[in-house]
Amino acid sequence: MHFVVCIKQVPDSHDVKINPETNTLMREGVEAIINPFDMYAIEEALRLRDRMGGTVTALSMGPPQAEAALREAISMGVNAGILVSDRAFAGSDTWATSYTLSKALEKIGDYNVILFGKQASDGDTAQVGPGVATHLDLPQITYVRKIEEIEENRIVAERLLESGYEAIESPLPCILTVVKEINEPRLPSLKGKMAARKAEITTWGAADIEAEHDKLGLDGSPTKVVKIFTPPAREGGEMLEGEPGDIARQLGEKLKDIIIEAAS
Amino acid sequence: MSNDPIYVIDEKCVGCTLCTKVCPFGAIEMVERIAKIDLTKCTVCGACVEACKFDAIELREREVETQHNLEEFKNVWVMAEQFDGHIESITHELLGEGRKLANNLNMELCAVLLGSGIEPKAQDLISRGADKVYVVDRPELAYFSDEPYANVMIELIKEHKPSIVLFGATTVGRSLVSRVAVSVHAGLTADCTALAIDPDTKNLLQTRPAFGGNIMATIETPAHRPQMSTVRHKVMQEAEVDASRVGEVIIKELAEAILKSRTKRIRYVAEEEATVNIAEANILVSGGRGLQKPENFEIIRDFAKVLGAGVGASRAAVDSDWIPYSHQVGQTGKTVCPKLYFACGISGQIQHLAGMSSADVIVAINKDPDAPIFDVATYGIVGDALEILPLLTREFSKILGK
Repeated sequence: MHFVVCIKQVPDSHDVKINPETNTLMREGVEAIINPFDMYAIEEALRLRDRMGGTVTALSMGPPQAEAALREAISMGVNAGILVSDRAFAGSDTWATSYTLSKALEKIGDYNVILFGKQASDGDTAQVGPGVATHLDLPQITYVRKIEEIEENRIVAERLLESGYEAIESPLPCILTVVKEINEPRLPSLKGKMAARKAEITTWGAADIEAEHDKLGLDGSPTKVVKIFTPPAREGGEMLEGEPGDIARQLGEKLKDIIIEAAS
Repeated sequence: MSNDPIYVIDEKCVGCTLCTKVCPFGAIEMVERIAKIDLTKCTVCGACVEACKFDAIELREREVETQHNLEEFKNVWVMAEQFDGHIESITHELLGEGRKLANNLNMELCAVLLGSGIEPKAQDLISRGADKVYVVDRPELAYFSDEPYANVMIELIKEHKPSIVLFGATTVGRSLVSRVAVSVHAGLTADCTALAIDPDTKNLLQTRPAFGGNIMATIETPAHRPQMSTVRHKVMQEAEVDASRVGEVIIKELAEAILKSRTKRIRYVAEEEATVNIAEANILVSGGRGLQKPENFEIIRDFAKVLGAGVGASRAAVDSDWIPYSHQVGQTGKTVCPKLYFACGISGQIQHLAGMSSADVIVAINKDPDAPIFDVATYGIVGDALEILPLLTREFSKILGK
């Protein structure tokens, strides 16, 4: 079976800091990593391959540097990496991104399961997985916390809900978006690291995936950013001091109105 | 003129580096004292265009193919979310916000209600401000199912042409909305925390956090309709109930084929721990590694019970298997926005802060006076949460007369 896992390179939020003088993001030394949720998608794809046999391909849309993310995926055991990269993609919103990825997936063609992390840590939209499913007219199971069964033409997966979970059966091919609960991603092996260094990363541009130009980048994006700003930094407030019993009374006094209102 | 969406006019650039400083994405570099934009990093947000004092950076006008006559699209819609026949609180928040937008635009506020045996609930939506409720009452729609729900929304949108459609940024909302927006070629913005109408263009201005709340972006949809948003829980004010309000209930009959689903729910299991959905809670009490062992979560639960609060946790507590993942607050868990948040024995890593720093009031209890959680806390207590929480439980029981 062919498992395709879609990954995104994002800035490591560990490193993201705000410059208090200019109120902008400080980017020096910010490392680029694989989106944390995508790590679970990679791991699950590898486990499915171990179970069913076949191959795992990692697919990423991004700048040329995103090749590093694909190599990291290969170091974990992914068989091949494909980077979709083109100046024409600049300014893509989730509509155009879903379209671009779906065209790349059409070119790949023989996929059985397509996996995504539930959302990316920079944009936090959770829109691209279901968007790709729609462009490709595939069924989807979102927020997957466990895969119960998989056969040649059928999968049963558990979707995490706010109030519990549900087991959903879907024919294949289908799209899954996964949450953290699903597994614990493995570390790269030495053999994997060597494979990653040697691997040829396939790169496709807009022409290679036969994308229609008016559906790409800025022109293909219904939404437009009007303004970007930094929210006022949250100030540290008041430290309560004294004996523990005294602190409890002070806090009770301060929060009285809020808790009475919330309880009513 | 360049065909790139944004470009530098080399002759006007004086190499002052103002643009490199304001770019939130690190996409501009100076090459031989002239700004160069790296289009692979650029999101075309326009921050540099505004900052440049020499008009040296320009945005290309889009070749706007307005497929629709925008004037044809009227009214503000809210997707009502129901679980087991009960209307979810996010729906009341959407109605509260939707009413304001509809009044501003002089349009009607309409709700869409899908379910089985759900029709009687339409009146609830009217008393919370809806002028019209479109009801599709079918056994296939008893609970959320991706394809039938999306297909019904797509049909209704194509037929009635709403200008704005609001969904909750919930599991259901987020699974559904993208299928709908892609199909009808709408503009879609996720997890909005503020909505407004542009006084000149009448476009919907959608503001949302990105990069874990480190930056905010305001987004619009200039040439497509509808304008669709998912809205974060607990940010918008719930619509008040006015039982005397009247409205119209419209029962829609749709073709059988629209309700078909390739996926099938074979089992539903409610979470054993009977706590409130943490995204819905007005008050949330979260515990971290500082609680030392899983049994100590009982102290958190006791305190939460007195307050009628939800129970949350840091990643460290979840990874130690002290509490299920569905309670995790933060970047790889849930984003919450309660009125009051207690962080107990949580140091406040940036990944945790990303999930809770928009709470109205934050109380932090931690032994380490240098813990980063104190930088965002409204009230900070340096001490052992295990010692202080029982005292707080007693104090708040007294206040609430329990």
